[in-house]
Amino acid sequence: MLDDMHPALIITRRELRDQLRDWRIILPVMILTLFFPFLANFTTQRVLGFVEKFGASILAERFIPFLLMIVGFFPITISLVIALESFAGETERRSIEPLLSSPLTDTQLYLGKLIASLLFPLSAAYLGMSVYLIGIYRSTSWRAEPMFLVLVGLLTAVQALVMVSGAVVISTQTTSVRAANLLSSFIIIPMALLIQAESVMMLWSDYQVLWWVVLALMILAGLLVRMGISHFNREELLGQDSDTLNLRWMWQLFRDQFIGEAQSVGDWYRREIPHTLRRLSIPIFWMTILLVAGTFLGAALVNYIGLTPDSIGLGSLKGIDSQILGQFRQLGFFSTSGVLTIWWHNLRAVIIAILLGIFTLGVAGAILLMLPMIIIGFFTGLVTLAGFSPLTALTASLMPHGIFEIPALILTGASILQVGASMVTPFRKQTIGESLVSSLADWAKVTLALVIPLFLAAAILEVFFSPLVMVRLLGLG
Amino acid sequence: MIQTENLSKKFNDFLAVDRVNLNINAGEVLALLGPNGAGKTTTMRMLTAVLRPSSGSARVAGFDVVTQSLEVRSSVGILTEHQGLYGRMTADEYLDFFGQVYRMQADARRNRTKELLELFGLGSEAKRKIGEYSKGMRQKLALARALYHNPPVLLLDEPTSAMDPESSRLVRNAIHGLRSANRAIIICTHNLAEAEELAGKIAIIHLGKIISAGEVQELKTRLLGAPQFVVRLGVASCDLKDTMPDEVTLIGQGEGWFQYQTDTPADTNPRVIQALVNKNIPVVGLSEVSRSLEKVYLQAISLIQASGEIQGKDQNISSGGETQNAG
Repeated sequence: MLDDMHPALIITRRELRDQLRDWRIILPVMILTLFFPFLANFTTQRVLGFVEKFGASILAERFIPFLLMIVGFFPITISLVIALESFAGETERRSIEPLLSSPLTDTQLYLGKLIASLLFPLSAAYLGMSVYLIGIYRSTSWRAEPMFLVLVGLLTAVQALVMVSGAVVISTQTTSVRAANLLSSFIIIPMALLIQAESVMMLWSDYQVLWWVVLALMILAGLLVRMGISHFNREELLGQDSDTLNLRWMWQLFRDQFIGEAQSVGDWYRREIPHTLRRLSIPIFWMTILLVAGTFLGAALVNYIGLTPDSIGLGSLKGIDSQILGQFRQLGFFSTSGVLTIWWHNLRAVIIAILLGIFTLGVAGAILLMLPMIIIGFFTGLVTLAGFSPLTALTASLMPHGIFEIPALILTGASILQVGASMVTPFRKQTIGESLVSSLADWAKVTLALVIPLFLAAAILEVFFSPLVMVRLLGLG
Repeated sequence: MIQTENLSKKFNDFLAVDRVNLNINAGEVLALLGPNGAGKTTTMRMLTAVLRPSSGSARVAGFDVVTQSLEVRSSVGILTEHQGLYGRMTADEYLDFFGQVYRMQADARRNRTKELLELFGLGSEAKRKIGEYSKGMRQKLALARALYHNPPVLLLDEPTSAMDPESSRLVRNAIHGLRSANRAIIICTHNLAEAEELAGKIAIIHLGKIISAGEVQELKTRLLGAPQFVVRLGVASCDLKDTMPDEVTLIGQGEGWFQYQTDTPADTNPRVIQALVNKNIPVVGLSEVSRSLEKVYLQAISLIQASGEIQGKDQNISSGGETQNAG
């Protein structure tokens, strides 16, 4: 392992030396490290003086940790610039080509540059935070809790890692720094929103949530690093025209993946669909786990929120009269238009899920599809509070339409997870473009062949039979 | 040292290199010629295990470019089209950095840096920032980098571009020296005189395909016909009818000279001289008509363009043979 890291550290050393000779990097870091903490310190003292006049010392207490986080965040923003310059800049200047021709592995090259992009800004951030803390201690005697320091330190480091690993993914998809800078708004905007949310947490002193933020960012950074290692490779870096959108090629690739070797629709169902399902077996497994987990999560939420049967009027559940079926009818049940409404609603959810999935490596798409099961779990939990057995409650919520709807959810969710997974870990050294188009073709294949018919069947059952089953099982009316 | 078999590379739907076959032994130099975008750089990148072939195979210094890519890259020194230098480093720092990347020991790096900088006349500039170097100096430094780890295979893309005549000569001499050191060398260049001087073998690549390949003389014969010779005479005119041997084709005659073509100059030329002497025609001199590589190259390209189609065909240019294999 150490032997493998040695060449990476050679790259790191060279890059660091280069950074330390570049005044465009040195000057802002010096300002942010040495001048800005003093400015923050000065501001803190002014704020303390002001709010204490009104007896709002709690505001001041919250303001110091908040500014500590900001003092740490500013220098690490430089890491984004360094990473874009290190990855996209070297590609644009072609100085990366001799390195790619050397006996370094892609991973060594990636790690060497990643560490170099992080090390200097992160050191500057910690130095700035130390300057700020020392200044605050001297002026107000405020001392941070050790765990709080660990939290802010980790938060700063993991934010830098997310920015740098995101910048690498962007850099692999561009051939110039200019293009990479344009695409970096995909990092800057979410990070700006995140910092605002973190600031609110800091001012609310809700550090527990910040630990969850650290965990979520670690997972995201892990995914981005994995994705960067997969895509920072010689083939993609020296591939032709990576800034050019080749629609003809994309369509051809999509069509080839979608149709496969099938000669007819029957052949497509017999050969291609089973083949695709076999390819999706692992995501199918994980999506099943996610739906089950979603159901339990929904049920657990009932207890977490602290609901009681009386608090939500569940005591009267058994008193619902036979008019309930009429109410169902008013909502559109027991009619063809109801079938179409539910069917379209489900298809719309699938389209939104795939769009979200593309931009979040599959994660948000899968979470969206978990929502129905979370709601069903929650409903089951509620009905259980009213004295029904959990199994009866669950069956009443799911049957009989769930026989078709749940497999449809699993299949579409699995193909969305596959979209994310294929971008993070491409199949057979594919580029991001190839991975995305191929996995989208799989999604379209599964959706068209199975999900749409399954949702239609589910909608028919849900509209015409599920209310009857629910009324019967729960003894309503 | 370098063998490729039907080496091909496809970028999306664009076929950049199409079934290239090369065979270059130690001590040989191959010049890979072709217009811009012909597939030269892509071929070089596949031979450096930087790009994976879409199909076909290649072995470099005994290693497979796909399964033994690290070994291949350790065995190859490449001068890329773009020099790829770091402007904020000095020349000795730069070479030392690559020495570390190739896992050379500190002492070896120090000696090699000094040796190569001296070889290319950069010894006095070792501590200057590369950003301050002229184009020619940068090119020499990039070449020094390619040679740094003493690789058995050298791939040089435009080795003397942007150099003044003196520096070009220096680099060409260095390449001559490297040739004698039992290396296989591929040179990509648009400088055809340089290619002719440095390379024993030529391969012409067009639209990703080798359209003609072989030794320089062989190519000249194949593409331009048999060698031509001019004889200068001591008399203004003479009757050459029935004087020349049968295998000689007279192709021109003027005041005090005539020109002929023959497939077998080694046999024919002495007999031509003998025949003239026997007829008491004074001979002032005999020399081969110069046929530059440029003519060969242009002929190859024009023939392939005239043939109209390359893709999907295994047929070659004028000589009617199959697509040429270099080596």
